Amino acid sequence: MTMLEQTQALHEDGIDLGGRGSVSDYIALLKPRVMSLVVFTAAVGLVMAPGNQHPVLSFISILCIAIGGGASGALNMWWDADIDAIMSRTKKRPIPAGKITRKEAFAFGMVLSFGSVLTLGLVANWVAAGLLAFTIFFYVAIYTMWLKRNTPQNIVIGGAAGALPPMVGWAAVTGDVTLVSVALFMITFTWTPPHFWALALVKNGDYQEAGVPMLPVVAGETATRHQILLYSVLLLPVGMAPYFLGFASLFYGIGSAILGLMFLGHAVRVWKVREGEAAKKTAMSLFKFSLFYLMLIFAGLLAESMLGLV
Amino acid sequence: MTKNNSVLSEEQTKVRRSRSIALAVTLGVLVLLFYVVTIVKLGPGVMDRPM
Repeated sequence: MTMLEQTQALHEDGIDLGGRGSVSDYIALLKPRVMSLVVFTAAVGLVMAPGNQHPVLSFISILCIAIGGGASGALNMWWDADIDAIMSRTKKRPIPAGKITRKEAFAFGMVLSFGSVLTLGLVANWVAAGLLAFTIFFYVAIYTMWLKRNTPQNIVIGGAAGALPPMVGWAAVTGDVTLVSVALFMITFTWTPPHFWALALVKNGDYQEAGVPMLPVVAGETATRHQILLYSVLLLPVGMAPYFLGFASLFYGIGSAILGLMFLGHAVRVWKVREGEAAKKTAMSLFKFSLFYLMLIFAGLLAESMLGLV
Repeated sequence: MTKNNSVLSEEQTKVRRSRSIALAVTLGVLVLLFYVVTIVKLGPGVMDRPM
């Protein structure tokens, strides 16, 4: 009897004792790809922050932020197991695949949440720990449990959770929240809607089937294209804000302007091409470029800070 | 786990063993991590106490 058959048999009996998940299944619960983005942006906030934190404490702070981000991923999968089982993109996740029970995912997520917040508080400071706790709370309770299934603005507001890690990284060094860390937050916050809506245009059917009110499902694809364009226009000055605020060089200013214009170019193409396979292709290329954009923006800030150009 | 929760299949024993090893490694890393943090935060002060 395979593991999945055993799970089904136990489900029929109304009992699921769990204990089938392998180490890699538990790692999958942490959403490693999202985690890598969290680690990267948090590290940029931490490196840019003024002050002298011992490298060992910096490393552990980043580790805590990564684990906290992973914990919110596990709690997201605990709550969303029903819709994950419907969507093609998510149905192979450990819970719908029958490898980990919801109860196990919940326990795993909660232990890691408390562990990462408390450790960050002891290692760095309680402002950073409070921000990390708020990030987890916002992603799980506000986005996953409340907004995701109730409003097409779900990812606009929920995007705040994904944008907080650089602020947590900054606070781990300085113990405060400043205009610079808010500017870093704003970059990811403004970037999130066009990034996710580009994917939603491609995976529209999936979200429709699962009953998730993503913008293309509720307002239609044309309205989504307008919104993508609007946020892409906003992203241009927001991406350049570190230069305007004086904590990035002219070199970054020019680079971020070029990247912002390229982003806008992709968004205009998505706005223009609305029919058939070509429409899906342009939306997918915007989605891919958006990942490249965010990586380069934060890499630029990291490089400038490390090279002492600012 | 099987229905009567007593006999584990070979595959189940294998995943349980890998989970146990991962838990042991994690606990070991945590012990090391807290030791290092104590030394880094207190520095030489860690030895500075009345006997």
